[in-house]
Amino acid sequence: MTKNLRVKSSEYIDETNRISFKFNGKTYHGFKGDTLASALLANDVHLVGRSFKYHRPRGIMTSGSEEPNAIIQINPCTNRTEPNVRATEVEIYEGLEASSQNCWPSVEFDIGGINNFLSPFFPAGFYYKTFMWPASFWEKYEFFIRHSAGLGKSPTSSDPDIYDHRNVHCDVLVVGAGISGILAAKNAAKNNFRTLLVDEKNELGGSTIYENNEFNKIDNKTPSEWLKKEIEELKGIKNLEIKTRTSVAAYHQYNYLLARENLTDHLEAKYKTNKIRQRLLKIRAKKVILATGALERPLIFNNNDRPGIMLSSAIKKYSEFYGVACGNKNVFFTNNDSAYESALSLYNKGINVEAIIDIREQSESKIVKKIKETGIKIYWSHSIVDTAGYKRLNSVSIMKLSNDGTSVTGSKISISCDCLGVAGGWSPAVHLYTQSGSKLKFDEEKKVFLPNQNTSEQISVGSCGGDFKIDEIIKNLNHKLKDNLNIKETNLDNIKVETDQENSKRNIWLLPSDKPLGKTKPFVDYQNDATAKDIKLALREGFRSIEHVKRYTTTGMGTDQGKLGNMHALGIIADTAGVKMGELGTTTFRPPYTPLTFGTIVGRNVGKFFDIFRRTPMNDWHVENKAEFENVGQWKRAWYYPINGETMHQAVQRESKAARESAGILDASTLGKIDIQGSDASEFLNRVYTNAWSKLAIGKCRYGLMLNEDGMVYDDGVTTRLGENHYIMTTTTGGAANVLGKLEDYLQTEWPELDVYLTSVTDHYATASLCGPNSKKILKKIISDLDLSDENFPHMSFKEANIGSIQCRIMRISFTGEHSYEINVQASYGKDLWKKCMEAGQEFNITPYGTETMHLLRAEKGFIIVGQDTDGTMTPIDLQMDWIVSKKKYDFIGKRSLYRSDTMREDRKQLVGLLTDDPNIVLEEGAQIVSELNQSPVEMLGHVTSSYFSPNLNKSIALAVVRGGKDMMGKKLFVPMENKNINVTVANPVFYDQTNERLNAQL
Amino acid sequence: MFLINCPYCGERDQQEFKAGGEAHIERPKQPTELSDDEWAEYLFMRKNIKGVQFERWNHAHGCRKWFNMVRDTSNDEIKAIYKMGEKPPAQ
Ligand SMILES: [Zn+2]
Repeated sequence: MTKNLRVKSSEYIDETNRISFKFNGKTYHGFKGDTLASALLANDVHLVGRSFKYHRPRGIMTSGSEEPNAIIQINPCTNRTEPNVRATEVEIYEGLEASSQNCWPSVEFDIGGINNFLSPFFPAGFYYKTFMWPASFWEKYEFFIRHSAGLGKSPTSSDPDIYDHRNVHCDVLVVGAGISGILAAKNAAKNNFRTLLVDEKNELGGSTIYENNEFNKIDNKTPSEWLKKEIEELKGIKNLEIKTRTSVAAYHQYNYLLARENLTDHLEAKYKTNKIRQRLLKIRAKKVILATGALERPLIFNNNDRPGIMLSSAIKKYSEFYGVACGNKNVFFTNNDSAYESALSLYNKGINVEAIIDIREQSESKIVKKIKETGIKIYWSHSIVDTAGYKRLNSVSIMKLSNDGTSVTGSKISISCDCLGVAGGWSPAVHLYTQSGSKLKFDEEKKVFLPNQNTSEQISVGSCGGDFKIDEIIKNLNHKLKDNLNIKETNLDNIKVETDQENSKRNIWLLPSDKPLGKTKPFVDYQNDATAKDIKLALREGFRSIEHVKRYTTTGMGTDQGKLGNMHALGIIADTAGVKMGELGTTTFRPPYTPLTFGTIVGRNVGKFFDIFRRTPMNDWHVENKAEFENVGQWKRAWYYPINGETMHQAVQRESKAARESAGILDASTLGKIDIQGSDASEFLNRVYTNAWSKLAIGKCRYGLMLNEDGMVYDDGVTTRLGENHYIMTTTTGGAANVLGKLEDYLQTEWPELDVYLTSVTDHYATASLCGPNSKKILKKIISDLDLSDENFPHMSFKEANIGSIQCRIMRISFTGEHSYEINVQASYGKDLWKKCMEAGQEFNITPYGTETMHLLRAEKGFIIVGQDTDGTMTPIDLQMDWIVSKKKYDFIGKRSLYRSDTMREDRKQLVGLLTDDPNIVLEEGAQIVSELNQSPVEMLGHVTSSYFSPNLNKSIALAVVRGGKDMMGKKLFVPMENKNINVTVANPVFYDQTNERLNAQL
Repeated sequence: MFLINCPYCGERDQQEFKAGGEAHIERPKQPTELSDDEWAEYLFMRKNIKGVQFERWNHAHGCRKWFNMVRDTSNDEIKAIYKMGEKPPAQ
């Protein structure tokens, strides 16, 4: 049986547009304009979920983003499914499906509900305490807990929607479109400030838009009527942009805010396709006006969490805005006048209000008098001591409250009801304010945290600034706008406001029951099931800092970040510890204000756009020839070129042999290239490399090693002198950007007197590295007019030449130990160059090889790779590369560090070669090296840095760093692995052609 | 996310910049004359102040110029920005 609790047509609900949707498998109807929460309430559905720890039945509690209970899964079992959505924020559309979370097998019958009866065993810190038990015990719980844990389900297929990011700049950003936000935006825009007004709801006007209380008048109109006219006038104001369904998630320093604009979530599936679902606005505002309003507080009393117990203000909104009665027999429980406004709203619509229970002794405001006239029974100085009804509230028990508010007396009265509105006063929504770094101050009289110390150009207006009465709001808003925007007049100057609102309030953080606290369940954090009892236990166990109590009890740590109960937690701690709340401080509100989807966070940066990648000019050829690729920094580099179904190992063995036996070709375009010019270029190189550069002749190349100031190897590469004041430096592929940055740093900050100019030209050149005994013949075929004799073009020298009409720079340098050339052409000719080399090399069986073979060939020669054989703790001496460190130069980057006591230690890890006793065993890179097997604890001497099977030597080779390795030549060591110990011998790291015969061979 | 006023380009978003540690630590002109301790002082010792701190920043995704910033690390207020080689402001 479904009931209809729709009471009166509302202008925000389109009753001609009937919408059907499913909740927990059952079909319901609502109207266009409903949220899932309002539509469910109209169908008399309160029970929507189970609490996290005790699995207690929970109902819709609020009408907004602060909702702690109605946390649901949208469109389950589809690729658009989304967990942890607040039913109060979902606008319904035809075909919407939603289901409860945190219940198994169903919300009506939930097996975890047994936790409720076991609750004495789930005190504060339960999880921390449980984890202290033997781990094996925990595993037994795991299956059960995973099934009943309430975090929803993530989609299992990829998200079909598009997400977007946009940068937004404005003079004034107004957050919140209630009465304050609208008036602020209007006056800002009219005074030529480029203004952006955002609100998380789909309608402007906040709570004032349905404020029809006869005792509040603005210019003789109800606030609702008056505000509608103001909103109407917003249209057509220049400089004003309004974004609804836009929730500010984060407020960072320097007025940088992130907001999520929701574009299609309220649309039927067929209208969602190919549209942007959500857009992240990255807003930089000169001034921010926070008009985020206030959140109503609940009251903390025994069993205050049953379905049917709601915020009083939410009941009013459902009645006035959505035209829905939340119950047939309504009761209110309050400490201030707000509940009377809600009660009056229901009364005016003919909805039954049974009673109002007020913990105050009396109130004489007009609205209270009005309620008295209606005959609704008011219980002054009374408190609720218990509630009843498992899946839906059916009664409350009340007792007389003692004068000091700490106990109850007299006899118990039971009042039958199906809905209870609680009104505990209002907390300014200062979440965004504190995110910005601004500081709060506790107002001991109003019992609220108020903005106090701004750190950026911002103001808080309306109730988030501490003004709760309509006359105060308008008056203070007017002052603040004039001050902050430096304007002389506003449209607020002559507004006439009448109000009967009073701030009378009796604040009791934890209301007493006739039962002792240990026997009651006064929930402070509904989502995380933290009770006042847990907080008191934490204090008894010695926790004092509010941040510690929060973590220990998990208060405020749910997806709602405790928007409702945090104040009460602080209040209970302050009362129990006997300190003032102002001294206690508050916990930190962290972004996002409400959860964001991953889609919104990543925007367009998905799939191919997840990260930038760079391709060389020859890339197409590699793809066409079925190369496998590896990522090196941002580059896609050809890794190896398998043919006829070869494995990686087979391909690399073949490529490595071919490069030494005849000819190989490598795409070396990714190496970093920095063009260095200026009259001090030589001096500059002298200072940044360990070796000397002044005497390098024009047209010659030299290998250089660059250190950090701490003496550790930073990068390496060959630099060529192109002219008197002109060099081209090559860097490692991955190090290019950092090397340029480091060189610029020194030039700008330490040596500004040097006349040197640096330009990154990495992308300007394509480089083919041709190597092997037949490389010379191949190059000869391509460039007929260049004398390639050793006399004219020796190793480590440079020539400019033409291939046809293409200019090229050729360096005779080698990273393989073979006779080889690096041919550089303008990037756009890269593929042509490569094809020409392949054509010319065909008769020599020229073999393209990738990075893996390059690594293997250089390892055979014992050449290091910075970043593989070094790790930021290796000096050139550790690498046994003393020969490259100039003894004559007075200074270079890192020189002084090479003779610090620590860098001169004999027992530093040093680079050595390792040979396995069994030549067929290839060591694992990263494997540890020891000298004793039966030691405990075993002493680690070092680790393997590079390891390959060498096809040219027909045995396994490895490079390693070993403590004191320099003096261990020939020593037997061990590499212990999981299943075996591998015997190794320390060797010369140059395994192949130790006398460089091949490099110097006459070809 | 700071808004940084590059002395060469004007106000830009923080993501265009790279922080470069404490400012006004000059590389010794004659490192070889220094004891291990003196060199270590230059090499390793950096302040980490809660409060006003002098820092180096680089407009890495812009003009690539280095400059100095005075920042209060307790609230991230940027108090001054000045070019390399210029004297820090008195206050
Ligand atoms: Zn710049």
